[in-house]
Amino acid sequence: MTNQTYIVARATTASKAALVIMVSCVVVLLLVPLTGDRGSMRLIVEICYFLALAQMWNLLAGYAGLLSVGQQAFSGFGGYMLFAFVVYGGLSPLISLPLAGILAGIVSLPVAILMFRLSGPYFAIGTWVTAEVFKLVFFEIPLGGGSGMSLPIQAIRDISPTTEGRELIIYLTALAIAVGSVALVYSMLRSRFGLALTAVRDNERASASVGIDSFRLKLGVFVTVAAFTGMVGALIFLQKLRISPGSAFDVMEWSAGIIFIVVIGGIGRIEGPFVGVAVYFLLRETTANYGAWYMILLGLLAIVIMLFARQGLWGFLAERYRLTVFPIERRVRTVEPVEKAKPSNGISDTAISNLSLPPF
Amino acid sequence: MGAPPILELCQLDKAFGKIVIAEGIDLSVSQGEGLGIIGPNGAGKSTLFNLIAGDDRPNSGDILFDGRSINDMKPYQRSRLGIGRSYQIPQPFGKMTVFENVLTAAVFGSGTTVAEAEDRCIEILHRTGLMGEVNKPAGRLTLLQRKRLELARSLATRPRLLLLDEIAGGLTEVETQALINTIRDLRETGVTLIWIEHIVHALIATVDRLIVLNGGRIICDGKPREVIQSPEVRRIYLGVEPE
Ligand SMILES: Nc1ncnc2c1ncn2[C@@H]1O[C@H](COP(=O)(O)OP(=O)(O)OP(=O)(O)O)[C@@H](O)[C@H]1O
Ligand SMILES: [Mg+2]
Repeated sequence: MTNQTYIVARATTASKAALVIMVSCVVVLLLVPLTGDRGSMRLIVEICYFLALAQMWNLLAGYAGLLSVGQQAFSGFGGYMLFAFVVYGGLSPLISLPLAGILAGIVSLPVAILMFRLSGPYFAIGTWVTAEVFKLVFFEIPLGGGSGMSLPIQAIRDISPTTEGRELIIYLTALAIAVGSVALVYSMLRSRFGLALTAVRDNERASASVGIDSFRLKLGVFVTVAAFTGMVGALIFLQKLRISPGSAFDVMEWSAGIIFIVVIGGIGRIEGPFVGVAVYFLLRETTANYGAWYMILLGLLAIVIMLFARQGLWGFLAERYRLTVFPIERRVRTVEPVEKAKPSNGISDTAISNLSLPPF
Repeated sequence: MGAPPILELCQLDKAFGKIVIAEGIDLSVSQGEGLGIIGPNGAGKSTLFNLIAGDDRPNSGDILFDGRSINDMKPYQRSRLGIGRSYQIPQPFGKMTVFENVLTAAVFGSGTTVAEAEDRCIEILHRTGLMGEVNKPAGRLTLLQRKRLELARSLATRPRLLLLDEIAGGLTEVETQALINTIRDLRETGVTLIWIEHIVHALIATVDRLIVLNGGRIICDGKPREVIQSPEVRRIYLGVEPE
């Protein structure tokens, strides 16, 4: 047998090119404020938080198999906590943002322990009921009650004395959160954690037989996702400057909308939410004069995709043209013995020498 | 054998509803021992593995590993303790590649980092004849390849006690011989082996001791050749009346 050497490769040429394109996109987005086009900036902020919410739901449902339809519980809660920190704690809104996320993560822990007792469709129903309970609670507690509350002028000035300054800060924060959500999911899935998550998704029983604690894993995902979702919620209502139980815990916008986005784009793929968000905003912006029609179209499209192309638009393209922007799989490649395996750029990893044992 | 027991089953009972699958099973396996299990279909062999690995709970009785009760341990905890298993009906991680299947087992079953595990996984894939399929999604393997993956994945967890459930079925004579060699090499490393197999000559070539399970009871226990020759086995297992 020849003395072959193997390397474990992560990236493909296409994925490296895609990474360059992604970075360029972010650079371009960083330049948008220079144009002073506030309408576009506001739209991009919205796109950013929808992308972040979709990435989180995709991690939760597409990878951890936790089909929650109650994530609005955490985005709404995060939004409310931002207002509470600012109004009652006197904290700056930007500091309140991550704090709101952390708090959302903390409350998600008992919710998870309760919900994990439910399986299949009961889990989905349970999360929805939880979100409704959150809504009812915020009707009752003194954070504006049913009519909601606004962010005080003083706190808004705290961010920046001018409207332009405030919008710029919110714009950059939204961009950071969107990039952060993708980076979080991508690095999680590329790590050993991603191996465990995929194994549990593929075969939970066998995953236990190789030492994976699926309960803890799912709990970790649930809490992480809730915390990030809470932070995004805080950003959403920081931009809106007003919050009420009805808007904060709206199942249509924050759950159904996000689920449509992920299903249309491709569930269980990091690229999916990008495609889904693009479709969402394309539909919404082109049918802006026709009220809620975009939601109906989106729902129909989601149903058609679930029936005929369950891997979603991205999945369909990826399988046809072998595309990956975010490679998470590990491919074993043979390297010619003469050519020393060089761990050149940190992307292609370990060099392994063949031990030439007899196969059976 | 002088070695201390690694696994002890004490008065294990298991029933699914009214159907009794294990009844008062007592079994002690020493460290480093190779034990074969035979028995007719439905005798409760695979169920015994499920009880040891924690996939099923006994109705009563104790399971000791290294002298400690593991009754209350979950399957993932037993795996981390050093109990590795294969499934008779292969349970691959279907969307992951063959390499990733084995890598996952190596990382979580033996608690090493991904980088440390990679070389060992390649070695295991060579040994189990899966190198040609490394990058294939496990869901696309043939049944035979899936069985090899079961072996590879259970080896990757670096078990101290390895439970193999019918991995030789369907192999050609040459492949069976290669498997026998692999198992022998493996036993040299000190692993304790319990192997359920219908291919009796493969067992005889690899194990020190053979038990026969029938109707949820151990009806015969001893040296492989003697057990095979025994009249009970000929009658109950092989369905042959002693002459
Ligand atoms: N979860 C279960 N619920 C009900 N009955 C079960 C369950 N698992 C196994 N059985 C029954 O228990 C009996 C023993 O099954 P088991 O798989 O342990 O047999 P086995 O000795 O491995 O047989 P084989 O040689 O066919 O693999 C069978 O009759 C089977 O139908
Ligand atoms: Mg069986």
